Amino acid sequence: MAETKRMAIVVHSGTLDLAYPPLMLAAAAGASDMEVDMFFTFWGLNLLKKKGLKRAKLSGAWRLGTGMMKLMIKRTGMANLPEMLEAVIETGKVRLYACTATMDIMMVKKEQLIPEVTGFMGAAGFLDIAADADIQLFI
Amino acid sequence: MVDMPTPDKILDARRLQCPMPILKAKKTIQGMKTGQILEVLSEDPGSKEDFPRWAKRTGNELLGIFEEEDYARYFIKKTA
Repeated sequence: MAETKRMAIVVHSGTLDLAYPPLMLAAAAGASDMEVDMFFTFWGLNLLKKKGLKRAKLSGAWRLGTGMMKLMIKRTGMANLPEMLEAVIETGKVRLYACTATMDIMMVKKEQLIPEVTGFMGAAGFLDIAADADIQLFI
Repeated sequence: MVDMPTPDKILDARRLQCPMPILKAKKTIQGMKTGQILEVLSEDPGSKEDFPRWAKRTGNELLGIFEEEDYARYFIKKTA
Protein backbone atom coordinates (compact mmCIF):
# COMPACT_ATOMS: atom_id res chain seq x y z
CA MET A 1 0.00 0.00 0.00
CA ALA A 2 1.11 3.57 -0.68
CA GLU A 3 2.36 5.69 2.22
CA THR A 4 -0.29 7.29 4.40
CA LYS A 5 -1.74 10.45 2.88
CA ARG A 6 -2.63 13.38 5.09
CA MET A 7 -5.21 16.15 4.79
CA ALA A 8 -5.38 19.45 6.67
CA ILE A 9 -8.55 21.53 6.63
CA VAL A 10 -9.17 25.01 8.01
CA VAL A 11 -12.89 25.13 8.86
CA HIS A 12 -13.76 28.83 8.82
CA SER A 13 -17.51 28.74 8.18
CA GLY A 14 -20.27 27.82 10.57
CA THR A 15 -23.25 27.60 8.23
CA LEU A 16 -25.05 24.35 7.43
CA ASP A 17 -24.04 24.31 3.77
CA LEU A 18 -20.40 24.96 4.52
CA ALA A 19 -20.22 22.57 7.47
CA TYR A 20 -21.01 19.58 5.25
CA PRO A 21 -18.04 19.59 2.85
CA PRO A 22 -15.26 19.48 5.46
CA LEU A 23 -17.04 16.80 7.50
CA MET A 24 -17.87 14.70 4.43
CA LEU A 25 -14.32 14.95 3.12
CA ALA A 26 -12.88 14.13 6.54
CA ALA A 27 -15.15 11.10 6.87
CA ALA A 28 -14.28 9.85 3.38
CA ALA A 29 -10.58 10.47 4.01
CA GLY A 30 -10.67 8.54 7.28
CA ALA A 31 -12.38 5.64 5.52
CA SER A 32 -9.67 5.82 2.85
CA ASP A 33 -6.85 5.32 5.38
CA MET A 34 -5.85 8.99 5.28
CA GLU A 35 -5.01 11.01 8.39
CA VAL A 36 -6.94 14.25 8.84
CA ASP A 37 -6.34 17.37 10.92
CA MET A 38 -9.13 19.96 11.13
CA PHE A 39 -8.62 23.47 12.49
CA PHE A 40 -11.84 25.19 13.54
CA THR A 41 -11.57 28.95 13.44
CA PHE A 42 -13.93 31.96 13.43
CA TRP A 43 -17.48 30.80 12.61
CA GLY A 44 -16.21 27.29 12.20
CA LEU A 45 -15.59 27.15 15.95
CA ASN A 46 -19.35 27.30 16.52
CA LEU A 47 -19.55 23.81 15.02
CA LEU A 48 -17.47 22.46 17.89
CA LYS A 49 -19.80 23.91 20.50
CA LYS A 50 -22.17 21.55 22.23
CA LYS A 51 -25.31 21.32 20.02
CA GLY A 52 -23.43 23.57 17.55
CA LEU A 53 -23.90 21.23 14.59
CA LYS A 54 -27.58 20.87 15.37
CA ARG A 55 -28.00 24.65 15.43
CA ALA A 56 -26.14 25.37 12.17
CA LYS A 57 -28.29 27.25 9.65
CA LEU A 58 -27.94 28.30 6.03
CA SER A 59 -26.32 31.69 5.49
CA GLY A 60 -27.92 35.09 4.91
CA ALA A 61 -31.44 35.12 3.51
CA TRP A 62 -31.21 31.36 2.91
CA ARG A 63 -31.33 30.99 6.67
CA LEU A 64 -35.13 30.90 6.43
CA GLY A 65 -34.92 27.85 4.19
CA THR A 66 -32.84 25.84 6.67
CA GLY A 67 -35.74 23.57 7.67
CA MET A 68 -36.55 22.82 4.05
CA MET A 69 -32.92 22.04 3.29
CA LYS A 70 -32.72 19.69 6.28
CA LEU A 71 -35.84 17.95 5.01
CA MET A 72 -34.33 17.52 1.55
CA ILE A 73 -31.12 16.21 3.09
CA LYS A 74 -33.06 13.69 5.13
CA ARG A 75 -35.15 12.60 2.16
CA THR A 76 -32.12 11.73 0.06
CA GLY A 77 -30.63 9.59 2.82
CA MET A 78 -27.86 12.04 3.63
CA ALA A 79 -26.68 11.98 7.24
CA ASN A 80 -27.39 15.06 9.37
CA LEU A 81 -24.42 17.03 10.73
CA PRO A 82 -24.22 15.34 14.16
CA GLU A 83 -24.35 11.93 12.44
CA MET A 84 -21.67 13.07 10.02
CA LEU A 85 -19.38 14.09 12.89
CA GLU A 86 -20.04 10.74 14.55
CA ALA A 87 -18.92 9.01 11.34
CA VAL A 88 -15.84 11.24 11.24
CA ILE A 89 -14.88 10.35 14.82
CA GLU A 90 -15.58 6.67 14.23
CA THR A 91 -12.88 6.45 11.55
CA GLY A 92 -10.33 7.10 14.29
CA LYS A 93 -8.22 9.03 11.78
CA VAL A 94 -9.42 12.58 12.33
CA ARG A 95 -8.22 15.15 14.86
CA LEU A 96 -10.23 18.27 15.69
CA TYR A 97 -8.43 21.40 16.86
CA ALA A 98 -10.02 24.55 18.23
CA CYS A 99 -8.43 27.89 17.36
CA THR A 100 -7.41 29.55 20.63
CA ALA A 101 -7.50 33.10 19.21
CA THR A 102 -11.12 32.58 18.15
CA MET A 103 -11.95 31.21 21.58
CA ASP A 104 -10.51 34.42 23.06
CA ILE A 105 -12.36 36.77 20.70
CA MET A 106 -15.68 34.99 21.00
CA MET A 107 -15.22 34.23 24.70
CA VAL A 108 -15.67 30.52 24.24
CA LYS A 109 -14.57 28.30 27.12
CA LYS A 110 -13.23 24.77 26.72
CA GLU A 111 -16.21 23.47 28.67
CA GLN A 112 -18.57 24.84 25.98
CA LEU A 113 -16.98 22.61 23.36
CA ILE A 114 -17.76 18.98 22.62
CA PRO A 115 -15.45 16.45 24.34
CA GLU A 116 -14.32 15.09 20.96
CA VAL A 117 -12.06 18.13 20.49
CA THR A 118 -8.51 16.79 20.27
CA GLY A 119 -6.61 19.93 21.15
CA PHE A 120 -6.23 23.69 21.16
CA MET A 121 -3.72 25.67 19.15
CA GLY A 122 -2.89 28.81 17.20
CA ALA A 123 -1.90 29.58 13.63
CA ALA A 124 1.72 28.46 13.89
CA GLY A 125 0.76 25.16 15.44
CA PHE A 126 -1.68 24.30 12.71
CA LEU A 127 0.66 25.50 9.98
CA ASP A 128 3.24 23.06 11.29
CA ILE A 129 0.69 20.25 10.84
CA ALA A 130 -0.54 21.53 7.47
CA ALA A 131 3.01 21.83 6.12
CA ASP A 132 3.32 18.05 6.14
CA ALA A 133 -0.10 17.39 4.63
CA ASP A 134 -0.68 16.22 1.05
CA ILE A 135 -4.04 17.99 0.82
CA GLN A 136 -4.70 21.42 2.32
CA LEU A 137 -8.13 22.99 2.24
CA PHE A 138 -9.76 26.15 3.55
CA ILE A 139 -13.54 25.97 3.79
CA MET B 1 -20.15 -11.96 -19.31
CA VAL B 2 -18.06 -12.54 -16.23
CA ASP B 3 -19.63 -14.56 -13.44
CA MET B 4 -20.67 -12.67 -10.36
CA PRO B 5 -18.30 -13.48 -7.46
CA THR B 6 -19.72 -15.19 -4.39
CA PRO B 7 -19.55 -12.75 -1.48
CA ASP B 8 -18.72 -13.68 2.11
CA LYS B 9 -20.67 -10.66 3.27
CA ILE B 10 -23.29 -8.36 1.74
CA LEU B 11 -23.68 -4.72 2.73
CA ASP B 12 -26.89 -3.05 1.60
CA ALA B 13 -26.07 0.67 1.40
CA ARG B 14 -28.86 1.55 -1.00
CA ARG B 15 -30.60 4.06 1.24
CA LEU B 16 -27.37 5.85 2.04
CA GLN B 17 -25.97 8.99 0.50
CA CYS B 18 -22.30 9.86 -0.08
CA PRO B 19 -19.97 9.36 1.77
CA MET B 20 -21.78 6.79 3.91
CA PRO B 21 -21.55 3.77 1.55
CA ILE B 22 -17.76 4.09 1.70
CA LEU B 23 -17.74 4.50 5.48
CA LYS B 24 -19.96 1.46 6.03
CA ALA B 25 -17.87 -0.53 3.56
CA LYS B 26 -14.69 0.39 5.41
CA LYS B 27 -16.21 -0.57 8.75
CA THR B 28 -17.49 -3.88 7.38
CA ILE B 29 -14.30 -4.87 5.60
CA GLN B 30 -12.27 -4.16 8.75
CA GLY B 31 -14.13 -7.01 10.43
CA MET B 32 -13.44 -9.45 7.60
CA LYS B 33 -10.52 -11.78 6.91
CA THR B 34 -7.97 -11.24 4.14
CA GLY B 35 -9.13 -12.94 0.95
CA GLN B 36 -12.82 -12.62 1.79
CA ILE B 37 -15.18 -10.84 -0.58
CA LEU B 38 -17.52 -8.01 0.33
CA GLU B 39 -20.50 -7.14 -1.85
CA VAL B 40 -21.85 -3.60 -1.47
CA LEU B 41 -25.18 -2.53 -2.93
CA SER B 42 -25.29 1.20 -3.63
CA GLU B 43 -27.65 3.44 -5.55
CA ASP B 44 -25.37 6.46 -5.26
CA PRO B 45 -24.22 7.25 -8.85
CA GLY B 46 -20.96 8.58 -7.37
CA SER B 47 -20.15 5.09 -6.12
CA LYS B 48 -19.07 4.11 -9.64
CA GLU B 49 -16.07 6.39 -9.31
CA ASP B 50 -15.77 6.13 -5.53
CA PHE B 51 -15.51 2.36 -5.02
CA PRO B 52 -12.79 1.64 -7.62
CA ARG B 53 -10.67 4.52 -6.30
CA TRP B 54 -11.37 3.75 -2.67
CA ALA B 55 -10.50 0.07 -3.14
CA LYS B 56 -7.20 0.98 -4.79
CA ARG B 57 -6.42 3.63 -2.20
CA THR B 58 -7.00 1.23 0.69
CA GLY B 59 -5.07 -1.60 -0.94
CA ASN B 60 -8.08 -3.78 -1.65
CA GLU B 61 -9.16 -5.28 -4.95
CA LEU B 62 -12.31 -4.37 -6.82
CA LEU B 63 -13.40 -7.58 -8.53
CA GLY B 64 -16.23 -6.04 -10.49
CA ILE B 65 -19.27 -3.82 -10.74
CA PHE B 66 -22.61 -5.30 -11.76
CA GLU B 67 -25.40 -2.93 -12.73
CA GLU B 68 -28.95 -3.60 -11.67
CA GLU B 69 -31.95 -1.51 -12.64
CA ASP B 70 -31.57 1.29 -10.09
CA TYR B 71 -28.47 0.33 -8.13
CA ALA B 72 -25.14 -1.40 -8.62
CA ARG B 73 -23.31 -4.27 -6.91
CA TYR B 74 -19.66 -3.71 -6.02
CA PHE B 75 -17.48 -6.72 -5.25
CA ILE B 76 -14.40 -5.96 -3.20
CA LYS B 77 -11.82 -8.52 -2.16
CA LYS B 78 -10.03 -7.77 1.08
CA THR B 79 -6.36 -7.84 0.20
CA ALA B 80 -5.10 -5.21 2.62
